[in-house]
Amino acid sequence: MSAVAASREQAPEPAPAETLLEVRDLVMHFKVSRGPFGRSGLVRAVDGVSFSLRRGETLGLVGESGCGKTTTGRCVLQLETPTSGAVSFEGRNLVGMVPAELRKVRNRIQVIFQDPYSSLNPRMTVGQIIAEPIAVHGLERDPRARHERVRDLLVRVGLSPQHALRYPHELSGGQRQRVGVARALAMQPSLIICDEPVSALDVSIQAQIINLLAELQSDFGLSYLFVAHDLAVVRHISDRIAVMYLGKIVEIAGRRDLYEAPAHPYTRALLSAVPIPDPALEATRERQVLSGEVPSPLNPPTGCVFHPRCPMAIERCKREVPALKALGAGHEAACHLV
Amino acid sequence: MPAPLLSVVSLVTQFSTRSGIVKAVDGVSWDVEAGETVALVGESGCGKSASALSVMRLIAEPAGRIVSGQVLFKGRDLLALSAEQMRRVRGREIGMIFQEPMTSLNPVLSVGRQLTEGLEIHLGMTPGAARARALELLGMVGIPDAERRLKQYPHQFSGGMRQRMMIAMALSCDPALILADEPTTALDVTSQAQILELMKSLSQKLGVAMLIITHNLGVVARYADRVNVMYAGKIIERASARELYANPRHPYTEGLLRSVPRLDEPRRARLAPIEGQPPDLTRLPRGCSFAPRCRWREDRCEREAPALAALRGEWHMSACWQAERLGEAVTQ
Repeated sequence: MSAVAASREQAPEPAPAETLLEVRDLVMHFKVSRGPFGRSGLVRAVDGVSFSLRRGETLGLVGESGCGKTTTGRCVLQLETPTSGAVSFEGRNLVGMVPAELRKVRNRIQVIFQDPYSSLNPRMTVGQIIAEPIAVHGLERDPRARHERVRDLLVRVGLSPQHALRYPHELSGGQRQRVGVARALAMQPSLIICDEPVSALDVSIQAQIINLLAELQSDFGLSYLFVAHDLAVVRHISDRIAVMYLGKIVEIAGRRDLYEAPAHPYTRALLSAVPIPDPALEATRERQVLSGEVPSPLNPPTGCVFHPRCPMAIERCKREVPALKALGAGHEAACHLV
Repeated sequence: MPAPLLSVVSLVTQFSTRSGIVKAVDGVSWDVEAGETVALVGESGCGKSASALSVMRLIAEPAGRIVSGQVLFKGRDLLALSAEQMRRVRGREIGMIFQEPMTSLNPVLSVGRQLTEGLEIHLGMTPGAARARALELLGMVGIPDAERRLKQYPHQFSGGMRQRMMIAMALSCDPALILADEPTTALDVTSQAQILELMKSLSQKLGVAMLIITHNLGVVARYADRVNVMYAGKIIERASARELYANPRHPYTEGLLRSVPRLDEPRRARLAPIEGQPPDLTRLPRGCSFAPRCRWREDRCEREAPALAALRGEWHMSACWQAERLGEAVTQ
């Protein structure tokens, strides 16, 4: 493990890698009806989101519940068919691809879920859980070789080969999440969508899983789309971060810029709301508590969707939707006042 | 010195499960002074919630059982009260706030009715007086448009608003103490900050003591006067919040503080996790429960369990054979 850490530190800055994933103007609207005679409405879960992800890179997607971060991940996986927009993976648009072809491409996009308990089949052993996708997708047809592969994967994620015979309920939360990681790795993906992968875990275990994800990334050159609400965890793991609010990206920047020079008032409020485990520091810390709550995506505010809660809002914010504006290299924010 | 408002003495609570007896709370003592905010911190299964439920005598029997100990509230042992007497303590003298407000509110009663019910039963208020008090409470917890809100049902409230409603209910009968079990864990960061600020200001204004149960060390830093850290059914460290964070004297506390990424510190290449898994509560090791994961472990730790003991000349307690050594190492 220390060898891995050392090689990470010595590794030279990678040259700008090719774009692996490109999401353009992604829109995902859900039709809902309220009650049997109610008017139908439109939930604007994702409302024009664009970003790209390079090979070997981690993009953090942060925001509060209902901001559309999980739906964005599901659209990338094509678990939802977007209302409009494009999702290009390894240069090919997944939207509208014929199912047989999509299945092949999608092998290389895997997902790790928040709750490893509800995403592992309770009636299968850990070994069967990891072997199944390898068998189904014909990656390894020889049962003995498949068995070897499962052993290697278990060891790679910090479990022992004996865990193959256990059932999910016999494992702790952290161990179950390791099984989830092994299952994703089994498909030899190039992109893993991590949807709140540590938020259901105990604090002392979270760091173990985060370190594991970082090691696997450098060993296999993986890209992560890391969907999470914990801003400290996201800073640790991400190279770049996109902040979402009510279906839109309000700011996107490299790690340093976002945390040291946040431009959007919402990003600043989010950062100041994060508690810091140090009473002396907390006593002197200015806290900007946002008033009000996230409005319903059924009926988003006019103009800038953040304006009803924004401490800096001016008249213009109520009328005009701000576009993402470039502030520096790779740093963009959607605010009239930046 | 007056007796503390709440004093839990050598509490033992166990659950029988198919795999054996779970020692959820294993001989724990702590107290809360009038008006202060105390935290019980620890990870899932450490016994923090079982401790709070024991105080309220809400442990689900027959699987769960308070085996021994005392819960002295204003000098009376709550464990010796009849069921009827205990009902008058719950809600009336000790208020409760739970993690998931949706499951702790009644979905088929209007918000107004849920607030006034307690006032009428516990305080014998007339419906009119109870309604007036309910309006006042909603205003106090920052729910706007109270008249209209009283007629609504919990599903019409957002998560943050429901938690405000829970706070209003907990405060309704002027309790001396509020037990808050993970009060903000189910909320988004921006609502979390709002709710915690609200709880802090109300407890100061009204002089209510609070016991906050949480797994989040960050939450506790800003809001607690004193902190108890639990691991495997025992309190392993206790100190004022300032002291605990600046000078942790138990390897588990120190490990927890080190393992979380912090926004106020430069980013590190790797996090420093606590290795291993929390212990199986049905098969606790003979010595210190944390020993298998501890980087300070010595032979003695595996043989003898250390008791919670005061450190030299300090209001700071740690259950670790290495507490003094650890203090020196951390300050260096």
